[in-house]
Amino acid sequence: MQWETVIGLEIHAQLLTKSKIFSAASTAFGAPPNTQACLVDLGYPGVLPVLNKEAVRMAVKFGLAVGAGIAPRSVFARKNYFYPDLPKGYQISQYELPVVGRGSVEIELEDGSSRRIGITRAHLEEDAGKSLHEGFEGISGIDLNRAGTPLLEIVSEPDMRSAKEAVAYMKKIHSLVRYLEICDGNLQEGSFRCDANVSVRRQGEQKFGTRAELKNINSFHFVEKAILYEVQRQIDVIEGGGKVVQETRLYDSKKNQTRSMRSKEEANDYRYFPDPDLLPLEIAESFVTEVRKTLPELPDEKKQRFMRAYGLSAYDAALLTASRELADYYETLVQAVGGEAKLCANWVMGELSAALNQNNQDIAQSPVTAVMLAGLLKRILDNTLSGKLAKEVFEAMWAGEGNADAVIENKGLKQITDSSAIEKIIDGIMVANPQQLSDYRAGKDKLFAFFVGQVMKATQGKANPQQVNELLKRKLTG
Amino acid sequence: MHTKTLAQLARDLKARKLSSEELTRSYLARIERFNPQLNAFITVLQEEALVAARAADARIKRGDVGVLTGVPLAHKDIFCTAGVKTSCGSKMLDNFVSPYDATVVERLRQAGMVLLGKTNMDEFAMGSSNETSFYGPVKNPWDPTRVPGGSSGGSAAAVAARLAPAATGTDTGGSIRQPAALTGLTGIKPTYGRVSRYGIIAFASSLDQAGVITYTAEDAALLLGAMAGFDPRDSTSVDRPVPDYTAALEHPLKGLRIGLPKEFFDQGLDGRVGAAVHAALTIYKKLGAEVRDISLPNFWLSVPTYYVVAPAECSSNLSRFDGVRFGHRCESPVDLLDLYTRSRGEGFGAEVKRRIMTGTYVLSAGYYDAYYLKAQKTRTLIRQDFIAAFENVDVIMGPATPTPAFGLGEKTEDPITMYLNDIYANGVNLAGLPGISIPMGFVDKLPVGLQIIGNYFDEARLLCAAHQYQRETDWHGQIPKGFQ
Repeated sequence: MQWETVIGLEIHAQLLTKSKIFSAASTAFGAPPNTQACLVDLGYPGVLPVLNKEAVRMAVKFGLAVGAGIAPRSVFARKNYFYPDLPKGYQISQYELPVVGRGSVEIELEDGSSRRIGITRAHLEEDAGKSLHEGFEGISGIDLNRAGTPLLEIVSEPDMRSAKEAVAYMKKIHSLVRYLEICDGNLQEGSFRCDANVSVRRQGEQKFGTRAELKNINSFHFVEKAILYEVQRQIDVIEGGGKVVQETRLYDSKKNQTRSMRSKEEANDYRYFPDPDLLPLEIAESFVTEVRKTLPELPDEKKQRFMRAYGLSAYDAALLTASRELADYYETLVQAVGGEAKLCANWVMGELSAALNQNNQDIAQSPVTAVMLAGLLKRILDNTLSGKLAKEVFEAMWAGEGNADAVIENKGLKQITDSSAIEKIIDGIMVANPQQLSDYRAGKDKLFAFFVGQVMKATQGKANPQQVNELLKRKLTG
Repeated sequence: MHTKTLAQLARDLKARKLSSEELTRSYLARIERFNPQLNAFITVLQEEALVAARAADARIKRGDVGVLTGVPLAHKDIFCTAGVKTSCGSKMLDNFVSPYDATVVERLRQAGMVLLGKTNMDEFAMGSSNETSFYGPVKNPWDPTRVPGGSSGGSAAAVAARLAPAATGTDTGGSIRQPAALTGLTGIKPTYGRVSRYGIIAFASSLDQAGVITYTAEDAALLLGAMAGFDPRDSTSVDRPVPDYTAALEHPLKGLRIGLPKEFFDQGLDGRVGAAVHAALTIYKKLGAEVRDISLPNFWLSVPTYYVVAPAECSSNLSRFDGVRFGHRCESPVDLLDLYTRSRGEGFGAEVKRRIMTGTYVLSAGYYDAYYLKAQKTRTLIRQDFIAAFENVDVIMGPATPTPAFGLGEKTEDPITMYLNDIYANGVNLAGLPGISIPMGFVDKLPVGLQIIGNYFDEARLLCAAHQYQRETDWHGQIPKGFQ
């Protein structure tokens, strides 16, 4: 039996406003518990919410970036439920009329193909606080610092057909919100979170299967694993003659499995209704125009430009524009080198990315800046360094041993390009290895590599490989 | 001096004919003497009031004086008052000391007014008789066997008994106008958005509005001028200049078009109250006003609409009282559900529970469209009726209540008859319009009130119409026996 997977994602992006969505309290992460919660966040009797215009601006920015309509009038609603970290007993969200309407993004797949994924809507809402269970005996702690932090909930269409597509989509949204500087995208701190709606259906079937909502997925890696697990679980249930039930399931990354949290029957009735404390949010066309002017070059545009301006393949261009910082690094590098876009791309995606991955570092934290890397690439281009030597110099630069020229100087890694010096060395080697020389001349071509090796050994790898090849060929032939 | 109006006292203070301390001491003495029999105050601020009075006297001496400097008043216990217990008439908040001032409290404090104490009220402002208060019922100074009305019953009784020259109130469905009518006072509910709701413990956010209970329209004009105006902390407050209400009092009424809705005079109305309305209209006609019959065809929908909208909003507004951060918390909860159910079960009284349950029901999946959404539609119809009426008239007049004050315990067993006491009031809140009730006579030796409803932000005209009537009559000057 062939099964098709259907996935839709709900992404919560914490907006980078200085203050909360409905109060003046700070949104900074990591303060001692309950020190960044004012009376409004604490839900004190008599307090009222006042909308943060900056949060609206950010939502509009996102909407424009995904080609969505911006609602001229949207409404905040109360989502009612009791929980200790929800101070008012309701969350202010948007329900029937969200600020951002239908849009879409294009995702790149590993095989080089791309797909368009629909975005149903995006709406503004406030975050809840946190319940703390560790370190308490018989009680739970509540930290309301996060209560009232602005969130943009981005809801996709059920357009994804594999875990890999879901990851690509999540990465795309992640890249977008960071490009727009509306979210720091920090998955560990929970400022970028994802719930996945997953169902399966028989290949060719039109109707969607019953879905499960997977919660608590806090990395790209886990999104893939959680979906893969859930898809297999649902297939097993159906093939075993059972029925998938609509429910919310929690992903346990330690056990790599999902487990039931609550079924549809147990689901809360949130009793949504328009929040009478807030007027409908009215957005003038002029405001949208103003926000549009502040939009940066977006990943897709940047990718196209990279392909055009630098002659890069779609795949390379997509990789290099995945984050704004990476793209900026690349462009600074090309400029500092003065061209050689392909060489620059190879180094950024090769040595640099590998080193960053290995050290689990971000491009912004790279000890080798774009200008430093440019210094290194120039030494390759002027033949001071061979590719092999350049890698050695790069490692030294990464370790903090200074810029390329300093490392070359200190380590004496300068490539030998003086023909007469190389010829002298070759002459010595020919004298020292008469047997090999006569065998080579008798037709044993394979021995050529032996001589190359000897020259490199004698020069500690510093001889220019092309020159060595040419000179050896001439001299060995006699 | 307790027989003077607030405006007179303000003038005397300014002229330094008396000191704020003297005046404050006099009211505190009256509160001490009469409050035990009336139960109008939940909290009396003996020392704080005197400190504030002395500070006001110092200001007056320096000449740093506003119209209200040194004038005492009482706040309904729904207004958050920094450092003072703010109970909202509920066991739930019996232990709650507000860390901040409501905007109204802050503005009147800045005006130099002296806070005497916090007045009794129906629990969370849900009631029309002040009988749902955790602190016990308030007695009507005109007849101690009768209710003073509600929910601002404590404020009304305190002012009627001359224990304070004025008091604030809130009006969600008549809670200022009805008690003012039943105690022979002037009570104004401004346009929704005119006065900030910040710091008023919310009952029904789309209906709640703060106002005052005073002796005269002139008093109300002074206070409203100080309270009203845009507040950036309340998104529903309206950024619109506050007119000089006092200056507007003297505008002649000649040509004023008064609308008389026929729906206000059906069989639910005590004929003697209706007759008092007509007697008042005679005076208005004498003043040059013209009376037109009008119709508010959807008026009959206002009570049912109100009892869907208000409970819906209150069911959500009162969710924050969960025993977690403030207010009543049950003894040794075994788990979260126990904490919630017992804290709320013990903290809320019967009427509050009834409305939370009603509100939760009308917002529930499957019932939302039939109740909440339908009520929003009927609310629009009610509002449109008023808007249409105001195309032809300047004000609408009618009775404030169908009957004079009823007996304590008389309606507590039957919520519906209790709700119907606000039949002429609810629609005004649903439409968001300003309304004022002024004394227009007596029925069975009990005061009855004339309600004047105005167009949006037309408080100045309402106050003027009330003032002109009060210049012709002395109903507002009557003091209940035993409190002269």
